[in-house]
Amino acid sequence: MNSRPVAYVLMAPAAVLVTLFVIAPVGVLVLLSFSDWQLGSSTLRYTGLGNYRQLATDPVFWVSLRNTAFYVALVVPVATGLALVAAIAIRGAGRLAAFYRTAFFLPVTTTVVAMALAWEFLLHPSFGLVNLLLAEFGVRGPVWLRDADTVLYALAAIGVWLKFGYYVVLFLAGLSTLPTDLYDAAAVDGIDRPLDRFRYVTWPLLGPTVLFVVVVATIQTFQVFEIVATLTQGRPGRASEVLLFTIFQEGFVYFRTGYASALTVVFLCLILVLVLAKFRYFDRKVYY
Amino acid sequence: MPRRALGLTSVLRHLLLLCGAAVAVTPFVWMVSASLMPHQEIMLGGLRLVPEEFAIKQNYGRVIADVPIPRYLMNGLLVCTSIFVLQVLVAVPAAYALAKLSFRGRDFALAAVLLGLMIPAHVPAIPVYVAFYKLGLINTYAALIVPHVGSVFGIFLLRQFFRRIPDETLQAARLDGLSELEIVWRIAVPFATPAIIAFGLFSFVVHWNDLFWPLIVANREDLAMPPLGILMFYNEEQGSDYGAMMAASVLMTLPLAIASIVLQRRFMEGISLTAATKGGPQ
Repeated sequence: MNSRPVAYVLMAPAAVLVTLFVIAPVGVLVLLSFSDWQLGSSTLRYTGLGNYRQLATDPVFWVSLRNTAFYVALVVPVATGLALVAAIAIRGAGRLAAFYRTAFFLPVTTTVVAMALAWEFLLHPSFGLVNLLLAEFGVRGPVWLRDADTVLYALAAIGVWLKFGYYVVLFLAGLSTLPTDLYDAAAVDGIDRPLDRFRYVTWPLLGPTVLFVVVVATIQTFQVFEIVATLTQGRPGRASEVLLFTIFQEGFVYFRTGYASALTVVFLCLILVLVLAKFRYFDRKVYY
Repeated sequence: MPRRALGLTSVLRHLLLLCGAAVAVTPFVWMVSASLMPHQEIMLGGLRLVPEEFAIKQNYGRVIADVPIPRYLMNGLLVCTSIFVLQVLVAVPAAYALAKLSFRGRDFALAAVLLGLMIPAHVPAIPVYVAFYKLGLINTYAALIVPHVGSVFGIFLLRQFFRRIPDETLQAARLDGLSELEIVWRIAVPFATPAIIAFGLFSFVVHWNDLFWPLIVANREDLAMPPLGILMFYNEEQGSDYGAMMAASVLMTLPLAIASIVLQRRFMEGISLTAATKGGPQ
């Protein structure tokens, strides 16, 4: 390969757009986070670490961070765990495999906001399906989305439902790369019961895929916004306040631009930790 | 392939999968069912799937009369298509240059792309909003489209594909007198079609579903994307007419649900392909 000036022509539109809409904004964001600027205000004062100091003592931020972590801790293990079981079960499901796959996949590509509303209906305290079913067993169901004790569980259930099929597809892709002769070899050694096969053959081989899916799921789940903005707006109280919703409110409802910028920087740092973990472990792996 | 177990294992397997499938499908079934029911019947709270009395005209009629559903769907289609077409026009030449040409600053450009991959879409929102606000571009289609056109994800994904084009093919094309630009569109693009389709589906689902950015820059009814449109109707209703709300949800979900079933295989290939590079659709 020799140097070709035409490369600059080919690169130019992308370079301009990525600089304008991705890279420069991050720089501006960091600068804004050191200021007290509010959108529309004509004065901008440098406040150093003021916003970050305020953040450290802001109960809303800590509640928001805790709720987000709690939501992630609920959704990621349940969604990925169930997806792994489902993917393994589908592999041996014969002719019905395509049907199951289609069913599981259906929630993944639907309009999230519309399905969130369908879930609100399912979770309605008096005529929603969930509480009607509970009533059949004599249990009085809670007011899922309006009760501070249940709201995060309800949102997590919706989160699992939305993403579960996506992880099934990832696990199926991972499972399809496992060498089949290992199962035959294991059978010769007397490992032929399904649970043993999973424990001694599938699990050790699938380890990297599992870790990969868990990291991807964590990054995605951390960015929960749509279902909260649609169904609870962070309520009741601050019981379902999550990071992106806090950023949205501070930045675009109260227009406290400087403070929202600091929040975003913290959000970015948390995501970067996860992404770097992913790159570190998986950069050299080829998944396609 | 594991040996197919018969008997108990097989029964358990199908039982488990059927339960899972039921949970996955129930919200859709319940939504459609409620969209056919009169409000009074929904409020009675019976475990009925088929309504005693159909209220199709009442529910769907109300939605069609009150909510500009076609407008929202057209906005979605227009914005998502524009974003995708422009993304490809920008990403393809850049990805080709990064994969197959050598030039000063290539390593730097590649590092910038990798860095960009780590930044979630919500992070540049505040500065970009401020810029659009200053330029008077809030509540325009441009505000919905332009910030997404330079996709580092698209560039990276396509670069990975273009790297596999044999250099001999490119040399032969150059000897035939093709310019680099012709090589990009006549050789590189056909070579990477599966990646472009995967990227297209990814891009469509992400931007169709995004609520964060449209809520910020285009929250007027005539510019509303499908999620925002349905949210506006919901906020007017506040749960007073579930039949009509579910009818609106059905109409908004239908196009993507059909596309998802028809293009399922493509979608799944796309997920395996795109997840390897990034977290996939959010």
